[in-house]
Parts: sequence; structure tokens; C-alpha cells
Amino acid sequence: MSLLQLSEVSTSYGASQALFGVNLDIAQGQVAALMGRNGMGKSTTVKCICRMLPSSGQIVFDGQDITHLPSHLAARLGIGLVPEGRRCFKDLSVYENLVAAQQSGLWNFAKVVDLFPRLGERKSQLAASLSGGEQQMLSIGRALMTNPRLLILDEATEGLAPLIRQEIWSVISKLKEDTGLSILVIDKSLKELRSVCDKAVVLERGRTVWGGQMKDLNQDIAEKYLGV
Amino acid sequence: MIREHQLNKIILSIFLIIPLWAFVTDEPFTITLMTRATVFALAAVGLNIALGLGGLVSLGHAVFFGIGGYSMGILACHAQTYTPLMEWPMLVSGSKSMPLIWINAVIMSALAALLIGILSLRTSGVYFIMITLAFGQMFFFFSISWSAYGGEDGLSIYIRNEFPGLNTLVPIQYYALCLALLCTVLWINSRLINSPFGLALNAARQVPERVETVGLNPMRLKLAAFIISGAVTGLAGALFADLNRFVSPTMFSWQTSGEIMVFVIIGGVGRLFGPVVGALMFVALEHWLGGLSDFWHIYLGILLLGIVLFGRGGLIGMICGEARQHE
Repeated sequence: MSLLQLSEVSTSYGASQALFGVNLDIAQGQVAALMGRNGMGKSTTVKCICRMLPSSGQIVFDGQDITHLPSHLAARLGIGLVPEGRRCFKDLSVYENLVAAQQSGLWNFAKVVDLFPRLGERKSQLAASLSGGEQQMLSIGRALMTNPRLLILDEATEGLAPLIRQEIWSVISKLKEDTGLSILVIDKSLKELRSVCDKAVVLERGRTVWGGQMKDLNQDIAEKYLGV
Repeated sequence: MIREHQLNKIILSIFLIIPLWAFVTDEPFTITLMTRATVFALAAVGLNIALGLGGLVSLGHAVFFGIGGYSMGILACHAQTYTPLMEWPMLVSGSKSMPLIWINAVIMSALAALLIGILSLRTSGVYFIMITLAFGQMFFFFSISWSAYGGEDGLSIYIRNEFPGLNTLVPIQYYALCLALLCTVLWINSRLINSPFGLALNAARQVPERVETVGLNPMRLKLAAFIISGAVTGLAGALFADLNRFVSPTMFSWQTSGEIMVFVIIGGVGRLFGPVVGALMFVALEHWLGGLSDFWHIYLGILLLGIVLFGRGGLIGMICGEARQHE
């Protein structure tokens, strides 16, 4: 059963149209990759899903039409976002960042620390003083504290050291295996995406140009639309 | 560098030692000055909830200070003249009971903050400042034309209101009452800052759009902060009116809003004891410099300029460092 379904979603920034009827379908417990080169509409699609941008078409989450829902209500329904550029609350400590976002459910501070022990060690430290990798962990932890049913990771490994990237990917795998959480990943590392994701959707100039099982994403498509 | 909580203890001890010394040496005027500082501190603690925690630069907090004052004035005025406040749909008489007056002041200020907040929080930045200032002026001119309660001349109350078990006419007893209220509000505020609500509000001040993605409504958070802030400032208004046994439209004036903001800026915006230090400093300067020159506001202006230019965390920030300490 579909947890998230985007049908013909379009949006624009002022006079400039950014999406032209994007289609996307994520089932319960599925990990999907949203792929495409820079500026093709991946982050814009995420903003539409999280209701940070008004859009036309239809966005259905867990059977409910959320196309015109305010952003905070979409989040309350269970859409958790790890935004591009981390965007932690810099004047708050690690613990405060997590508590500020907490909604009732499975995830709490102790569980997030189990997933990222380093956050436990930095509990009282201001978010602004963390390294890029630690801020990313905090950003993922903060999204988990909202107890989402769909976790969206927008360029979660961008600009991180290889070891930290590996840690983030292993956490995504762990979340997939242990919790059955639906995850939408936006990333440029095709190798890692292949190992974690069940399906993929490729965007080109704001349009869905390919969608299917990850194993069916062949080299021709990767070369044509992803430039790899 | 001294830690903030240690400095807070020192500040609190100043508020205990000076009045006790004044009581022992029979200096009631010093106690009255300290009462004035305490009441101003309470008003500024209220503004600090909106300004420091919520990032809401309100230039209309005199509305709540004035509503608190007039709540006291109107209830006490009807009680002293033995005339009912209203006869329909039910008979409501005035009151000389401080707890009742405080409850009334808090409720009326909170209601006003709710209405003003719903309208003004649709805007931000300079527009928010202007709209809150406009509300302040609206209340100010209304109070001037409200002849039933003194109009421009204000309203005098002959005897200070009553509190069970205390003689509020004795300066030290009234001071103790005001200090107890200030300490209670500071304690609640400290709990509020570290509560999930306070943390979410702090986050909403930093990046409102990101707060929405974690399921929080920044508008609702800021409105709640504005209401709490207004209610606390309203309580201070009732105490101020009782201290002077007089209320007048000045309580609603934009100068009053400005002064409350100055207390917060001098002490440190967003610091728990910032408004307390600011109010104490203001009253001290008003007393000492006011005795030397009629133009003492110039010195206050220089102090404010110095703090804004060189000490962004206010006096507390200058002593303890700029960043809020997380423990």
C-alpha cells in the first residue's frame, strides 16, 4: 500500500516553473531514491512534499490528501525532514535540539543516542559548535524525534568526510532493517543508493523521466540522466 | 569569568540585603526605591519572554502595564466609593483585595495580548514594531478620554489595597510581597526557558520555517509567548499602581513601552536576570543622577549606547560572556 503518492505535482518560484507534473510513489517500509543532476527539482519536490511550497496536482500521504495542508500539520502526520544543509537550531544544545522537536511515539532522546552515540557525548554542547558530521547526525536525530512514518533525507551526506558518510549510510540501512521506516533519499552517490534503496525515481528538468526498481536502473539511464 | 547562575545569586542577594539594611537603619525611601525596581523588573521579565525568547520586538507593552494598572485603579475606585462596577447582567462590586486585583489584571492583560497578538503576529520586523506601537497609542488616547476614570488626570486610590496577613502600607511588607512575586515569576520563567515549549520557541525565533518541518506552528508558539508576556507585564502594572496608589494614562504611553525595553536591553536580552539588572540600574541612575541633574536621561542614553555598541549581551553578557550557558 502506498504511504506517499505524488500525482502530477507542479510548482513554481514566482514566474519560473520548477516542477512539471512529478509522479512518485513510496510504499510502507520502502526506501526510495530521488535522483537527478543539480537543479533538476529534487529539493523542490521535497519542499512540496513537506508543504513548504504551494503546489498543484495531488499529494496523498497515508490515504489523506495533504496538497493544501500547512507544513507543520504535514510533519505531524508523520513526514520527517532532514533538510539540505542540516539547519540545526544553532543556539540550542544537542539535547535541546532533540527535545524541542519531540513528538509522542517510539523515538526519544535515549533511542537517538543509541543510534548516534556521539550525540550522547555532545549532549550539552551547542549545535553551532558541532562538526559538520555531528550536525548531520543531530539533524537526522531531530527528524526521528518527530516519530515520522516517512523520513526524507535531502543530501544528507553532502560535504562530509568519507568515514562519516559511511556512518550515515549504515544508519540508513539500520533504520530500514530495524524499524521498517519508509525513507526517501536524495543523494548523488549511486553506489550507496544502489545498496540501500529498493526503488528510484529520476528527475530531469522538473519532470519524472524514469521510475522503477533500483536493480532496473541500468548504466544507460545513469549516464543519460545522472551523468555517471 | 563568573558563571551566570552565580551572578544571578549575587543579584538576588542585592535585592535582599539593601532593603534589609534600609529597614534596620529606618530608610523607608530606599525600600520604596527597591520596590519600584522590583516592579519594573517584573514588567521587563514579562517583555523578555516575548523579546528574548520569542524575538518579538514589542513597542506596545505599556498596553499590558496600563491594563494592569487600570484593573487595580477601577476595582479599588469602586470599592472606595462603594459603587458597583456593573449592575447588569449581574451585580459586580469593586475590590480592595490584592489577589483578586492581580487575577483580574493577569486575565485582562492576557486577553488583550491574545487580541493584539492575533493581529500583530501576522507581521514581522519593523511592521510588528509599528503595529504594537499603534495599539499602545490607541489605549493611551482611549485612557485620556475615559473621563469616568479620571481621563487625563488619572485616578487616585487613597489607601493601598489589602493582602491577607500583611499590612501593605508598611514599605518592607509591600516590598516583600513584590519580591516574592518577582521570584515566583523568575522561577516559572526559568522552567519555561528549558521546557519543550521554551526550546521550541527559541528554535522558532532562529529558523521559523524549519520549526514547521518538525511539526510545530511558530505562529502559535509566538502567540502563547506574547500572551504569557502580556500577563506578566499586566501583573507588574497592578503592583506599580498599588505602589503609587495612582494610575494615569502615562502607564499606557509609548515612553513606558520604551523604558521597559531599555530595562531588558541594559540587563541583557534573553537573560533570565537581565531585566532585573536593567530595572535596578535604571532606578539607581534615576535616583542618583536625577539628584545631580535634570538631564540625567543623557547619561542613561550614553550607557544604553555603550551597551548596544560594545556589550550585545547587556550587563549580564559583559560579565558572563555573550552566549547563553547550557548546563
